[in-house]
Amino acid sequence: MRGFWLATRLDISESLRARWFVLYSLVFGGIIVMLFMFGLTESRVMGFTGLTRLLVTYIQISMAVLPIFILITTVRSLAGDREAGIYEYMLSQPISLVAWYWGRFAGRFVAVFVPVFLAMAIAVLWGAMRGAEVPVYHFLWYSALLLSLSFCFLGIGFFISSLTRSSDVAQSAAFFVWLILLLFLDLILLGLIIRAQSAPGFVISLALANPLQVFRTAAMMLFDPQLIMLGPSAWLILDNFGKAGYLAWALFYPFVLGLVFGGLGYFVFRRGDLP
Amino acid sequence: MITIDGVTKKFRKTTVLDNLSLDFGKGDRIALIGSNGAGKTTLIRCILGQYIHSGTVSVNGLESRRNREKILGEIGFVPQIAPPLKMPVGELLRFCAGTAGIGVEAIVSICEHLEIEYDEFKKRPFNKLSGGQKQKILIAIAMARKPELIILDEPTANLDPHARQILFEMLSERGDLPVLISSHRLEEVAGLVNRIIELDRGRVVLDDAVEDGGEMSARIDCRITLARTDDAFANTISGWKFSADKNQTTWKGQVAGADRLRFFGVLARYSGLVDGLEMGSKQEKRGDGK
Repeated sequence: MRGFWLATRLDISESLRARWFVLYSLVFGGIIVMLFMFGLTESRVMGFTGLTRLLVTYIQISMAVLPIFILITTVRSLAGDREAGIYEYMLSQPISLVAWYWGRFAGRFVAVFVPVFLAMAIAVLWGAMRGAEVPVYHFLWYSALLLSLSFCFLGIGFFISSLTRSSDVAQSAAFFVWLILLLFLDLILLGLIIRAQSAPGFVISLALANPLQVFRTAAMMLFDPQLIMLGPSAWLILDNFGKAGYLAWALFYPFVLGLVFGGLGYFVFRRGDLP
Repeated sequence: MITIDGVTKKFRKTTVLDNLSLDFGKGDRIALIGSNGAGKTTLIRCILGQYIHSGTVSVNGLESRRNREKILGEIGFVPQIAPPLKMPVGELLRFCAGTAGIGVEAIVSICEHLEIEYDEFKKRPFNKLSGGQKQKILIAIAMARKPELIILDEPTANLDPHARQILFEMLSERGDLPVLISSHRLEEVAGLVNRIIELDRGRVVLDDAVEDGGEMSARIDCRITLARTDDAFANTISGWKFSADKNQTTWKGQVAGADRLRFFGVLARYSGLVDGLEMGSKQEKRGDGK
């Protein structure tokens, strides 16, 4: 366990010093500040007001920004470290591969999740101090969903880093994965329905296998329990899952997916050349 | 201690180690020499359990990759190129001490022996240090855990003569414990070893014993007389901690026994300037470190 904690601590302090972390924290902190600045807590659109509206907007923006940020920064630093010869030296120390890999995974998870969570938590605290009603239920669910989404993309990032030997290839692969998942949110799915005449059940299953869509639908469900905004797809989702079942799926599926990809990454890392 | 049996390592279609078999025993101080691309670094990485390869590499009977953690606890490694770590020196030392299960102070004391002031450097990013400072810190990390085997990849490349002298003394204090030193120039390491292995395109082309003069920690009194003063020479020889008379034509100092060939190489650059060279008897370094 000592090796695990050493690697975790090392990765956290490396992240805190890195420029990507400063930018990452500024982006999420900046989003919250901008939402306050543009008076989102005071606006009343579609019946949402106060902190609930701010959280809904924040979560939608996070869905677009968080995955690509996590993917690119993870693969860039891990593949970059390997390329620069840092692995050669650090892995000549008596630390097990499992402690090194999962220790860094844990450290990186803290580094990517904490700024996103803190930005949201500080916003809620600030709003509460100004007399707004605190939507505790939404805040807890959004935190849990963000945690699950971060874990998922971190796992994918570690998997890509293990597979590739250069940071350029790793970044391109990460960008490609993100783009595919993004396209499978709407565009390709619409194409499948309209051009390929695929069965709606199949198309909706595809959507529900996409962690981005799972997150998006769950975030939507929290303020629209009947998923009216989704149209007929909502029937299939609610008939098969129910609200509680779907929220559980949205919470655990991305997490498990991250764990599976992280595990596959470890398997590849352990079986290959280390430097 | 180390058995390398039929090891072949390929990178795509390039064979870097070609069915290599070697045995390193206790008491072996080995110079692993060869030109660039001969396979020295690849062999070291196989010993460190970093590469997948065919054949077997075992250290004390344990297969190196499967028993990485245990084996690496017995090996101190100094790489040829210092890793570009952005972390402060203090953090690097804490990590390495933590993995080795020793206190940071063990590394710090060797750093100070090598004239690296820990308090001055502990907050500085490792990659911002000079080549020599990095090398000294990596040597201190490798030595502090008192490993059974030391692997040094081009160890003296960035060290000044005084730091080299200290390194030779530390290696000498290890007694019979094995050392593997990789270099592409034999004269850099000849005084440190009792066996030479030369690699060429992944094969052993020379495996020979060299006379072990037991002089690793010895210091040789030396006196150089010059035909005239010369600023460039003064600058160079001052780096060897030599001192001059009033006229700056006679220089006196001590040279590490293991560093003789390198010293001759330096003098050769000023052969037109050197009028006389006297080298006195060797003085073994005393056990109390004075």
